[in-house]
Amino acid sequence: MALMTYREALNRALDEEMTRDPDVFLMGEEVAEYDGAYKVSKGLLSKFGPKRVIDTPITELGFTGIGVGAAQVGLRPVIEWMTHNFALLALDQVVNNAAKMRYMTGGRFKMPVVFRGPNGPAEYLAAQHSQSFASYWAHIPGLKVVAPATPADAYGLLKSAIRDDDPVVVLESEMLYGMTGEVPDAEYLVPIGKADIRRPGKDVTLISFSKPVRACLDAAAVLQGMGVDTEVIDLRSLRPLDTETIYTSAAKTNRVVVVDEAWPFASVGSHIAYLVSRNLFDRLDAPVELVASEDVPMPYNHGLELAAQPNVEKIVAAAKRVLYLE
Amino acid sequence: MAEKILMLALSPTMMEGSIAIWKFKEGAEVKKGSVLCEVETDKAVMDYESSVAGTLLKIVKAEGEKAAVGDLIAVVGKPGEDIASLLTGVVATPSGPAKADALVEAGASAKAGTAGNSVTTSIPVTASVVAEVAQVPTSAIASGVRASAFLPTGFLPSLPSGTPPSSPLARLLAHNAGVDIRSIPGSGPAGRVVKRDVEAFIAGSVSRKAEAAVQGTVLPQSTASKGRFEVKREKLANRSVPVGRIRAVVAKRLSDSLHEAPHFFLRSAIEADRLLALRSALNEGRDEGSKISLNTLFAKLSAAGIARNPDINSSWNGTTIEYRKSVDVALAVALPEGLIAPVVRDCANKGLEEMEQEFRVLIAKAKAGGLKPEDYEGASFTISNLGAWGVEEFTAIINPPGSAILALGGIAKEPVVRSSPSGEDEIIVRSMLRATLSCDHRVIDGAVGAAFLRDLKAFFEEPSRALL
Repeated sequence: MALMTYREALNRALDEEMTRDPDVFLMGEEVAEYDGAYKVSKGLLSKFGPKRVIDTPITELGFTGIGVGAAQVGLRPVIEWMTHNFALLALDQVVNNAAKMRYMTGGRFKMPVVFRGPNGPAEYLAAQHSQSFASYWAHIPGLKVVAPATPADAYGLLKSAIRDDDPVVVLESEMLYGMTGEVPDAEYLVPIGKADIRRPGKDVTLISFSKPVRACLDAAAVLQGMGVDTEVIDLRSLRPLDTETIYTSAAKTNRVVVVDEAWPFASVGSHIAYLVSRNLFDRLDAPVELVASEDVPMPYNHGLELAAQPNVEKIVAAAKRVLYLE
Repeated sequence: MAEKILMLALSPTMMEGSIAIWKFKEGAEVKKGSVLCEVETDKAVMDYESSVAGTLLKIVKAEGEKAAVGDLIAVVGKPGEDIASLLTGVVATPSGPAKADALVEAGASAKAGTAGNSVTTSIPVTASVVAEVAQVPTSAIASGVRASAFLPTGFLPSLPSGTPPSSPLARLLAHNAGVDIRSIPGSGPAGRVVKRDVEAFIAGSVSRKAEAAVQGTVLPQSTASKGRFEVKREKLANRSVPVGRIRAVVAKRLSDSLHEAPHFFLRSAIEADRLLALRSALNEGRDEGSKISLNTLFAKLSAAGIARNPDINSSWNGTTIEYRKSVDVALAVALPEGLIAPVVRDCANKGLEEMEQEFRVLIAKAKAGGLKPEDYEGASFTISNLGAWGVEEFTAIINPPGSAILALGGIAKEPVVRSSPSGEDEIIVRSMLRATLSCDHRVIDGAVGAAFLRDLKAFFEEPSRALL
């Protein structure tokens, strides 16, 4: 068991998969000569050469399209978007080509492509570069979407994504790249579509993914001090969604708080709140709470920037509401 | 155009009813708002008001026959109209899911906006609807467990409007425990009944049952138990609590009684030494479970008094006064949810042991929240005893349909002036009980009430007189 950062875990997964399968290659802005904007691809150019670690111009729609085409003819491209903010330019390739090709060819074309990069609010990045687009991808039938919250899951999910024959969007997080965690030495895969109960509990369920999972665990510790036994579910995959784990937990605790750093309207979090309300109506003792980012463009002022996002205080307050502890 | 008269849901939970009495014969003229018939439901007998005017052309369901909500019970129209098509149409309709539609149609065609609305909103969700919902796929992406696995099984009635809010889980738990959610005080926002309230209520019922089984007392004892003087800060707050079912009934009955029945009050100071001695003698050698309580003695002696003053055993009915054969005595029991007065029937013809056992069973049921209307309705006389709280005397509000209620204070030793055998006044110590009789002056005049209280005093002071 080694302690490593989230970016090192992603790097190890890329390294191992490129070593294992010569069809796997990495393409994106600054991934080669610069070792990646966030150093995820560090050392890969020198190890695998410029044919498999390819720097592209600043043309998201173009290189994403090349990735889709390469996957269509049998390669296993990993397309790095410097951030998901820039991936908006590539939406058409992902939504209309990658996600639909298998369906529209009656299964003749597989689409083993991975789109990855940091998603969600970071710090000091202002309105255009600090936002979560999880629901943009999770909305699309034909895509798979994963969002690892720990180095161990980053490693295991990226490997599963590369080996998957469907297009997989990996939502990484800039704020998590430097986070360290235990990663087993032996090779392993984390299955797509399986949530993880990060903390078992019986009184209230917190459901989240990616960066806010940490805030949920911190909130659970605060709640513990109030005598509340909190269960924390890390979804890990948004599509397919592990509804079994969600429903089993909600049926047990009768109280659910969903935490999503995206805006509240039409988000992954709001959809999960709907699913729980719809399917566990008779098991709920309180309305499902959604802790989301405020419904505003991200402020540049740092105090406001932090205040706009879910935090421990907001999560604890929501948990108290569903527990009627106010 | 003839109109179908359908069985309506006259209460939120009614699924069917039987016709008790038709107030009109076929061929009679019916006005809008006339009481067509009386319908007996699982709970009560209720008036069925016509939403249309016309001639009662056909009675489809005769007196005593049952009709499900939505079934045709009669046809109203113009004399001589051909109603054959209406009759065949509905007879051919099987009972089942189609009912709701038929009902909505009927409501609309009868132009009975209010009736139509109340019917459609209060149709209970049928089991088949629940089953259909359970089969709807939860989501295209849902893998693994079907959400239907978490749906409750069995029939869950919808709640009538005006019911205090409750969480879905609370309703499920209350349903499973057989508890009416409306009887549970809610602690959530806007008085929402939540899981902890149902759990506390069920736990309270269980402990109340156990307590009642052990003590069998009529009223809770005001012992200086731990916590008696505790300051209840958490309850001392600005809040609005929805009125529960029992509280609502108590409030209405007592308001009606005090406003409609002209009350007058007769007071008497009664020596209770012989009564206490009698109780001691009766209970010598008896175990706790069979001891005769003072309240049972009061009820028995009151019945003996009523047997000698039968005018007391009466009810005001507006145009008639109803005199009753059976002396049905109620005992007021205080519960957290409200006052309730279970009744022992025909006390004039029952012995003390039989009455004692009946009161014990009824009071245990009351404390467990399990009293049925037949257990507390129709008292002809009521006793309310606040002696256990150290109250010296008080006046009570008459419990209809009875015309009198006896309010009893505590028994305490007092100095009283009595004549000695030699004819001189002397001050002696006696155990005194103060009784206040409230009478409905529409039925009971002052002299009638006074004669009854005089006899009660005589029997309480020397119970053996009741044997005469």
